[in-house]
Amino acid sequence: MSTTPLIYLDASQVRQARSLARRAGAPVVKLAKAHTTVSVERATLRLAGLTGADHEGQPWVNHLVDAVRGQVGLEHGVTTPVFDALRAGAAPDLLTLAQQSAAGSVTFRLPEGRDLKATQRAARTAVARGIRTIDAQRAVRDRLIRRHGDPKQTPWIYLIVATGDIDEDIPQAQAAAREGADVIAVIRSTGQSLLDFVPEGATHEGFAGTYATQENFRLMRAALDETSREVGRYVRLTNYASGLCMPEIATLAGLERLDMMLNDSMYGILFRDINPIRTFVDQRFSRQIHARAGIIINTGEDNYLTTADAVDAAHTVTVSQLLNEYFAKEAGLEDWQLGLGHAFEINPEVPESFRLELAHALLARTLFPDAPLKWMPPTKHMTGDVFRGYLLDGFFNLAGTMTGQGILLVGMMTEAVVTPFLSDRDLALQNVRYVLDAAGGLREDFHPPRDGFIQTRSRHVLGEAVDLLDRIATDGLLDAIADGTFGLMKRPADHGKGLDGVIVRAPDYDNPAVTLLETGATR
Amino acid sequence: MTNRKHLRETPRKVTPQIVRPYGDTTGDGMVQMSFTLPLPHDKRAEGAALQLAKKMGMDPALVVHAKPIGPDFTFFVVYGSSNHLVDLSQVHVQEREFPLLTPKEVNVAVKRGLRRPLVVVGACIGTDAHTVGIDAILNIKGFAGEKGLEYYSEITVVNLGAQVLVPELVAKARAAHADAVLVSQVVTQKDAHIHNVSQMTAAFREAYPAGKVPLLVAGGPRFEDGSAERLGVDRIFGRGTTPGEVASYLVHAIVPPATPRKKAS
Repeated sequence: MSTTPLIYLDASQVRQARSLARRAGAPVVKLAKAHTTVSVERATLRLAGLTGADHEGQPWVNHLVDAVRGQVGLEHGVTTPVFDALRAGAAPDLLTLAQQSAAGSVTFRLPEGRDLKATQRAARTAVARGIRTIDAQRAVRDRLIRRHGDPKQTPWIYLIVATGDIDEDIPQAQAAAREGADVIAVIRSTGQSLLDFVPEGATHEGFAGTYATQENFRLMRAALDETSREVGRYVRLTNYASGLCMPEIATLAGLERLDMMLNDSMYGILFRDINPIRTFVDQRFSRQIHARAGIIINTGEDNYLTTADAVDAAHTVTVSQLLNEYFAKEAGLEDWQLGLGHAFEINPEVPESFRLELAHALLARTLFPDAPLKWMPPTKHMTGDVFRGYLLDGFFNLAGTMTGQGILLVGMMTEAVVTPFLSDRDLALQNVRYVLDAAGGLREDFHPPRDGFIQTRSRHVLGEAVDLLDRIATDGLLDAIADGTFGLMKRPADHGKGLDGVIVRAPDYDNPAVTLLETGATR
Repeated sequence: MTNRKHLRETPRKVTPQIVRPYGDTTGDGMVQMSFTLPLPHDKRAEGAALQLAKKMGMDPALVVHAKPIGPDFTFFVVYGSSNHLVDLSQVHVQEREFPLLTPKEVNVAVKRGLRRPLVVVGACIGTDAHTVGIDAILNIKGFAGEKGLEYYSEITVVNLGAQVLVPELVAKARAAHADAVLVSQVVTQKDAHIHNVSQMTAAFREAYPAGKVPLLVAGGPRFEDGSAERLGVDRIFGRGTTPGEVASYLVHAIVPPATPRKKAS
């Protein structure tokens, strides 16, 4: 989707911005490599094939990880004690072992010497099966895209469905796809990010969204496969790899062939008060899974602008995009998988607000020419005046097409009023379609002058971003987060939810999933 | 009611006791409405839309737009004259019971009355992750051109952010010696806001000795006027509340020698 850039940026300044992002991010990657978390270990067991939950809904992966942690700790990785117990004949399979461990009847130990080697081989064989399922799902996606095709236009039209009940979500998602949506996002139940387990099965009760579960993923993907055949284009499915179970949800997404995942490097820290180290460790593992699964990630920079001012804080978006890019590439994601986020959130009362929006959107477009940028609609200045909101969404759509955004989240005029009515969604899609049909080619004619307002503003924001990155690289990213640099929220590294699930890796830490993901091996 | 100045500002044109909606002529009663019926688009569906409009008191009603949404639904826009009358003597709203102060006046009042900073603990509680409301009131950035409470030199703000658990809120409030606790609730699906706030007030009453509970304030776009007592909070703030209003209320309710604090018990 890249053509000649519409704005001129100083190449050496762009290089400097990226090298500062690397300098700021590298210590965090080192930290991530030195730790594991309960959720990373649970994700590993899920790859090895352990599914299901007890009658109270507590997943077996949680039982098994807790049992191992209680007896021998997790610093060596969960698979070594688990597969040692299996080899010793404590149980015939993982599920039985988990059930017995929940009853307290399994004794775990840390094998040594030849036992250790054989145990590690057994663990790797089991986990590799899960990785190969992810590989196979990626191949299926590629085949379906060849068969049905991609959307005819960019940006891709991204629509949210959220009823709380998967059985209601499915017909709504199918209807939305028939009406023109290219990407369906099933928004999660509002409390899920702070659950330290992934619920099981098809769910019918959620608050402002539907729980992310393996079964819900499977049901929705199957329904959209059916609709893809019907509409003659591959309809993509999105969910959220965020919160305390980010690695597990990423894993389930890979296993069930989700196509995009919301996955921001700092969102959980800033907006959910999840411990920074927990987040960065979970983040790296989930991004490695996404890279392997061919999933496009969507980052959450739009959120900064809902708490801070969209003009004053424009450069924090750029900084976060550069950090997200660094962390993503370090984890193996490619440019086409980086749905870096940004949003149309400037106060419409600000003079020249639309030109400022164009400047910011073009800056992102030019900095990341090969990334399918995710363009998020206004929310903060949607006042409840639905008529004015509809106009604002029209301008948002226009900015999206003029600046060549990759993924356009459809704005609802009832934002901040009610969950969208059927008619709101229909009107919103009409709005998008009108703008794309009427002005889809406008980008061709749109060349803001080099010394004009838009280009000058873009370069100004980049300059501010470089200054801030310089400060972050010098002070350290964790300290910058602790000081409230992003979204004005202060999040110290030794606070936050999920801290007790962070474990320092021992020198002999072994995790076959990490090995397979880092080497690209399939066995 | 110590200050009624705000109730009588500039003399206005005398409004009649009975009013009707205004389209383009006094008394025409014109309103517009849009809705969707679960019917395929045809003559019968339009007739059904008209019948609904009439039952809602729109007569004459005019279906100005009807559009199918998929095979099973039709969207309508209807204009018409409402035959209902509004009797202003039957309209009851909550009037602001405290004077509006400037940030400077707030600071002076706190300094003189409390002789120490007023401590405010704020959070979005339960599953609610929408910090927009609490941030608009607390963050220095503020809302509607007014700076947030962090800006007030005599107010100490502890903003706990989103999805704070009630026991954590109580513990933090105690640790900070909170004079007031502000909670924001945006998500209202399945009455989550009511449930969460009731749970919070119960927890505070349990944790504090009687009469020592900090001032409890709930804010959000969907709380009913006059529901404070039922929820067990001291005050509810609705859509469009500015930081200045909240600060003024805190002074009114907490700082002596204002009128004695009304406790919900």
